[in-house]
Amino acid sequence: MRSRRGIIVINEKDNVATALDELPAGTTVSVKTEHSMEKIEMISHIPRGHKFALRHIDRGGAVIKYGETIGQSTEEIPRGQHVHVHNLASQSKGETT
Amino acid sequence: MNFHGYRRADGRAGTRNLVLVIPSVGCSQSCARDVARGLKGAVYLPNILGCGQMGEDKTLVKRTLVGFGASPNVFAVLVVGNGCEELQPEEIAKAIAPSGKRVEALTVQETRGTKKTTAVGRKIVKEMLNEAAKLRREPIPLSELILGTECGGSDYTSGLSSNPAVGVASDIVVAEGGTVMLSETPEIIGAEHLLAKRARTQEVGKQLLEAAAWWEQRAIASGQDIRKGNPSPGNIAGGITTLEEKSLGCIYKAGSSPIQEVIAYACKPTRKGLVYMDTPAHDIEQLTAMVAGGTQIVAFTTGRGTPCGSPIAPVIKITGNRTTFVNMRDNMDLDVSRILRGSETIPQAGKRVFEEIIACASGKETKAERLNQRDFSIFKINPNI
Repeated sequence: MRSRRGIIVINEKDNVATALDELPAGTTVSVKTEHSMEKIEMISHIPRGHKFALRHIDRGGAVIKYGETIGQSTEEIPRGQHVHVHNLASQSKGETT
Repeated sequence: MNFHGYRRADGRAGTRNLVLVIPSVGCSQSCARDVARGLKGAVYLPNILGCGQMGEDKTLVKRTLVGFGASPNVFAVLVVGNGCEELQPEEIAKAIAPSGKRVEALTVQETRGTKKTTAVGRKIVKEMLNEAAKLRREPIPLSELILGTECGGSDYTSGLSSNPAVGVASDIVVAEGGTVMLSETPEIIGAEHLLAKRARTQEVGKQLLEAAAWWEQRAIASGQDIRKGNPSPGNIAGGITTLEEKSLGCIYKAGSSPIQEVIAYACKPTRKGLVYMDTPAHDIEQLTAMVAGGTQIVAFTTGRGTPCGSPIAPVIKITGNRTTFVNMRDNMDLDVSRILRGSETIPQAGKRVFEEIIACASGKETKAERLNQRDFSIFKINPNI
């Protein structure tokens, strides 16, 4: 059996995918959506279970997973970039005082 | 699309055809157990409440016990009380009666002791079982099904595989005109604003936000801040970035439909489609509430594994963790771990979940039923007095 680079896109509206294996920078993965098949090159290291951008996301743009906004980007995120605490912030109401 | 169920006098339809023995108070629980013991098709509720309670707690207990009795999964009911309790067996029987099924009530005090009550009770239950055996399953449109969704013992696989797969099945049930129930309010905190946007009206959205705020305040009053340190450092190391993301991983099991209404603990939905019930996250208290609200079947996702089941409803266990499926084969019904191995898509796994829901609604025994795993617990707000 040929091993494959596992990635998962939960909802077709999502602009991030989750890596099921560690993806070193420079790795190319195939992303199959309902309408197309495209290749995306990782431009940074993606640890297992972490997210990367499927599309370019503007600074302040919505990061979408589960078809919903999971937060706002704090900087411009190019396609294939690691998306995590360094470039994504929660929009949920802050800690209650 | 149809499932095969039991048509009831009140027009509702069940996935099971059980005779239910309800102890109206903890004092008569053992007697109720003895009444149902060894009789195939008869079950009892291990209820420890019904006395020493005030106000809203008494209302919650009554509503839950009546909801179980009136459930379309139940053919007939025997209420066994002690006699002097606050929640009188006759009061429960009277509230179940509008469902059109046979309901009887006995008390240990009036029937002169446990042995006599057990003997009289068993005679009644055997008669009920004989009547129940005459009923046959018939095709029931899916629009009459209420699917409860629940997750417990979650791990990293839950948000990526089992919850999305059940979410696909939930969307199919709603598309077929059926009802899906989402609950566990403490688990939506962080994504309540997103759920509120999906509400049918602004008022429904407001009710969702209020429910989340009530639980948040309750947690704070006992010294816990749900938002603080959440997602945890372990979650963040594992790849979860925001609280919205963590909460959505849980909520996604109910699919992506608009939220039609918010109902209180153990209440019946008044609308079809996706409905929200305000319950705790405690697995058994949540399960109990959804079944009391008329849920005839439950899809339960887990990562680490859980054995729990309901006294009267099939509970299907679905895991995306292969090790859990293998280690707990006697508890797990469905393995969707191929999603994370890349050899099955979420929609494909979701279709299998949907098919399992139809099969179990039509009589296929779940693992929890096979193990006679019949858990029951009612949420309460105040201590008993």
